[in-house]
Amino acid sequence: MTRETTDMSSDTFDDLRDLYQEVILDHGRRPRHAKRLESFDASAKGDNPMCGDRIEVWVKYAPDGTIADTGFQARGCAISVASADLMAETVVGRSKADAHALFEAFREMARTGKCPQCDATLAEPLERLEPLAGVHEYPSRVKCATLAWHALVSALDGDKEASSE
Amino acid sequence: MNVESKIPLSRPAVFDVARIREDFPILRQKIRGKPLVFLDSAASAQKPRVVIDAMREAMETQYANVHRGLHWMSERTTDAYEAARDAVAGLLNAPDRHEVVITRNVTESLNLMAHSYGRGVLKPGQAVLISGMEHHSNIVPWQMLRDDRGIELRVAPITDAGELDMAAYEALLADGKVGLVSMTHMSNVLGTYTPAERIVQIAHAYGAKVLFDGAQAVVHRPVDVQALGCDFYAFTGHKLYGPTGIGVLWGRRELLDAMPPFLGGGEMISSVSYERSTWAEVPHKFEAGTPPILEGIGLKAAIDYVQSIGYDAIAAHETALVDHALARLGAIEGVHILGRAQDRGGVVSFALDRAHAHDVATLLDRQGIAVRAGHHCAEPLMRRFGLDSTARASFAIYTTLEEIDYLAESLMRVREFFA
Repeated sequence: MTRETTDMSSDTFDDLRDLYQEVILDHGRRPRHAKRLESFDASAKGDNPMCGDRIEVWVKYAPDGTIADTGFQARGCAISVASADLMAETVVGRSKADAHALFEAFREMARTGKCPQCDATLAEPLERLEPLAGVHEYPSRVKCATLAWHALVSALDGDKEASSE
Repeated sequence: MNVESKIPLSRPAVFDVARIREDFPILRQKIRGKPLVFLDSAASAQKPRVVIDAMREAMETQYANVHRGLHWMSERTTDAYEAARDAVAGLLNAPDRHEVVITRNVTESLNLMAHSYGRGVLKPGQAVLISGMEHHSNIVPWQMLRDDRGIELRVAPITDAGELDMAAYEALLADGKVGLVSMTHMSNVLGTYTPAERIVQIAHAYGAKVLFDGAQAVVHRPVDVQALGCDFYAFTGHKLYGPTGIGVLWGRRELLDAMPPFLGGGEMISSVSYERSTWAEVPHKFEAGTPPILEGIGLKAAIDYVQSIGYDAIAAHETALVDHALARLGAIEGVHILGRAQDRGGVVSFALDRAHAHDVATLLDRQGIAVRAGHHCAEPLMRRFGLDSTARASFAIYTTLEEIDYLAESLMRVREFFA
């Protein structure tokens, strides 16, 4: 048996650029919000028992109840870390209700690749999360992208544990 | 170990992997336009045509329930199903076919042991000893036994090379409390073969029985339970090129006789009244309900197929694959191979700097390469090496050296991708 290996040019993984866009590789490699908050009002852990990914999310509220800051510590793949980082970036300054709505819209986008509320009030943050829409073509990886959100919503709801199962 | 007697004379003189590959219809498939490079056989192996045909033919020509019908179809099916028990007895060189208990998989075999031996024979205050490289299926049933019956669970550590620490192993047996050693015969993560004969000698010297989880080992080398001297041996059909849904527990007759049943129901009784029931003889005492009939027929075909190739040829081929994989992957900067056991089988786990195993697996998948990524159902072992997950390439009789070259070249691309 012989195998043609000489055609493996640098564009070998070109079709994977949908999944691993530069913004994902960047945030996966250098997450800006991967830190435990010094003081926080809510926190929750997330766990994907199927693949062993784990995350802990911390939330600090502003006096008006909006999210003032979030941080996380994660162990997981590039997609799960990048998703957590982009999530932390997009929910700051938003109300709990907005964060919940964003989670629902993002989850839909991760599952189907579509962005049903992009023309509504969440268009701007969803656009920033859009690089993660490519996971919908990889069903086993959708949970990588949504784990951080499950943990965040658990923290906002006052639960301590979340599972993407 | 008596290897020669198990190899049929009809085996090909030279191991011809191209011919072997023709026996596996699935290998002709393309994945995303690329030839399938299936390096996940340790999770479950592909099936040769003879297994597929045996199961289909049974369904088309001679299928009925077994052990109870008085009609032609049932008798034919019973014979075909029971032939699997003979094939397993032959495969393991078991002295008595009645010592072969058919289960669903290794997990069920180990749970049977934790129930019937753990709860029925071991006493509170005794201990079960496992190793630091067990699959979850050889950890959790013993934890459940411990919490239920106060039977201690001990873990023999492994070395940095991924081998059993024999001095520590013996020390854990020294107080004589260990009633059962339950250990892998080959690690599904590290590829390490445990020194089965020495494990048995030492355990027996301290009065402990020995059960091996042979899920991986039986695929790659001949297993002779009489030569090993062990007391119980478990393996599963689907990793041995057979169907899912059928596993085996072999045990010494006198030990199986002394154990209470596992599941209750039909097949496993001698007589039933509302006051009391009596149990069938082994192995049927442990085989409640309609057994995996078609799976038995498929397993028999798989065992015949493996034996027709011959374990000496299989072992030589897989040794060449492993040596090649260790050399090729080990030469890639940033690739770290987990475990450096002297005696190892067709499994190579590795981590790649700056890239998570799941990302590695997704990128390899784009090249048509199937590897496993994650904790491999062995979380304590991963923690022992300070890792959350690895990628794992595992080899089978149909794996080629060219496929390993292709894996190595693809991994270099993956490394560049995440550089």
